Amino acid sequence: MRGNRFPAAVVAAALCLAAGFASAASPEKTPAGKGTAAAAVPQFAVPKPPFTPGIFPCSDCHKDIKPNPNRRELTDEHTSIVLNHAQGQRWCLDCHDVTNRDKLRLVNGQRIGFDESYLLCGQCHGDKYRDWKVGVHGKRTGMWNGEKQYLLCVHCHNPHDPGYKPIPPMPPPVRPEDIRK
Amino acid sequence: MPNGEDRADRPFRMSRRKMMKGVAAVLGAMALPGKDAPASVWESFFQKNFRELSGGDKARVIARLEKEYGDKYGKPVKVGTAPPLEGVLYGYGLDLSRCIGCRRCVYGCVAENNQSRNPQIHWIRVLQLNKERGVDLEEAEEYYNPSKVPEKGHFYMPVQCQQCESPPCVKVCPVQATWKERDGITVVDYNWCIGCRYCMAACPYGARHFNWKKPGLPAAEMNPATHYLGNRPRPVGVVEKCTFCIQRVRNVPGRYPACVEVCPVGARKFGNLLDPDSEIRYVIENKRVFILKEDLNTRPKFYYFYAT
Ligand code: SF4
Ligand code: SF4
Repeated sequence: MRGNRFPAAVVAAALCLAAGFASAASPEKTPAGKGTAAAAVPQFAVPKPPFTPGIFPCSDCHKDIKPNPNRRELTDEHTSIVLNHAQGQRWCLDCHDVTNRDKLRLVNGQRIGFDESYLLCGQCHGDKYRDWKVGVHGKRTGMWNGEKQYLLCVHCHNPHDPGYKPIPPMPPPVRPEDIRK
Repeated sequence: MPNGEDRADRPFRMSRRKMMKGVAAVLGAMALPGKDAPASVWESFFQKNFRELSGGDKARVIARLEKEYGDKYGKPVKVGTAPPLEGVLYGYGLDLSRCIGCRRCVYGCVAENNQSRNPQIHWIRVLQLNKERGVDLEEAEEYYNPSKVPEKGHFYMPVQCQQCESPPCVKVCPVQATWKERDGITVVDYNWCIGCRYCMAACPYGARHFNWKKPGLPAAEMNPATHYLGNRPRPVGVVEKCTFCIQRVRNVPGRYPACVEVCPVGARKFGNLLDPDSEIRYVIENKRVFILKEDLNTRPKFYYFYAT
């Protein structure tokens, strides 16, 4: 069978060649493979974060507002955001940076862009982050053996209310007895 | 199964042409195209099995089909013949902990693969199962239609061709119109299929579908990027099935199958089983995986798994 027809060494050599070829073709698009450091940033083409239209950059409004670092319920702005994501344990400024409103903030104080929000999510959801990096959690599109596009966590999960919301199904199939032959 | 491999590598040598001539002699002119049938009808009647076509014959067959489809659907149609890629054995993963039963994959597949809209043919069936019962196919519901999915207490299991390594459908075909390619995809030569439907009876997964009537495929919805062994338009009276989107995946670089791309929750994974760094290998090595009806020893290359 297959194993007998292709000695393992030949297969391995072919795969090495194929791998070399693939990485030569798209140098900066190769997925972060096994063995790379946990902090290594996956080099996928990711679409822009799904901002509410007109809301970004946040500094457009915030530059004139004096930051108030006290935990409180917001009553003037952003009132439509109801935190349903470990509410009680955190509030806005645990993830949004207090000095640079166009950035997010990791627990170690590092500032990151909204297009790297997976680093923030990965702080708690390490198992999902690991699976996401290898293409198992979340959705990849593009080429199975070439350049891929990857969605950010926030394309499917609203960060303030991350449970995936039910959607209407497409129509069921026609029953055989109702198909006119 | 050395037998299966031999059969797959060496197609049946008795030409259908000889057999059909004999049949024609017995049945008389009834079995043959009318005497003023166009030349292309005669050509397709005497066409060899795809695996026996020489380079020149193949080019002529493709040119004839592209013209026929182009005229019929009013746009340029490509009929590809890309062979298997070296060192590739395709595998598919489906995450049962993610699928929400939305059927986007069913209709994405229909649009990509030119299935008949009426009478309806779907290559993917999504089964609704009870969480309490697990994978109990006796309890499976295919016609669920609530306003929103997923429904409480249920999970969903899409079923399509499992691309078996020992495909019973191939073993039973009396004319070898269906076979397993080197990259693991089981294909059908629609010009060779005699419509006996033995393969449908043999397939334990209900993955094969028959064109009882002339397929109803609106020209505007016809996908013109086709492969001879995949999504090219089918005639009445032949069997068809999922090919892992052979027209997409047999390229370097090749696109993901349509169902992978359309799934809103990313439940569908696809890749090369021989590549240790592929997504599908990661799934097999790190997740809880099962194959459907394992006891039948069909050895599917379609792996259901639970990512969480
Ligand atoms: S599109 Fe994805 S989530 Fe929807 S039924 Fe198909 S596999 Fe399941
Ligand atoms: S699932 Fe059915 S059609 Fe597909 S290879 Fe197996 S037996 Fe054949």
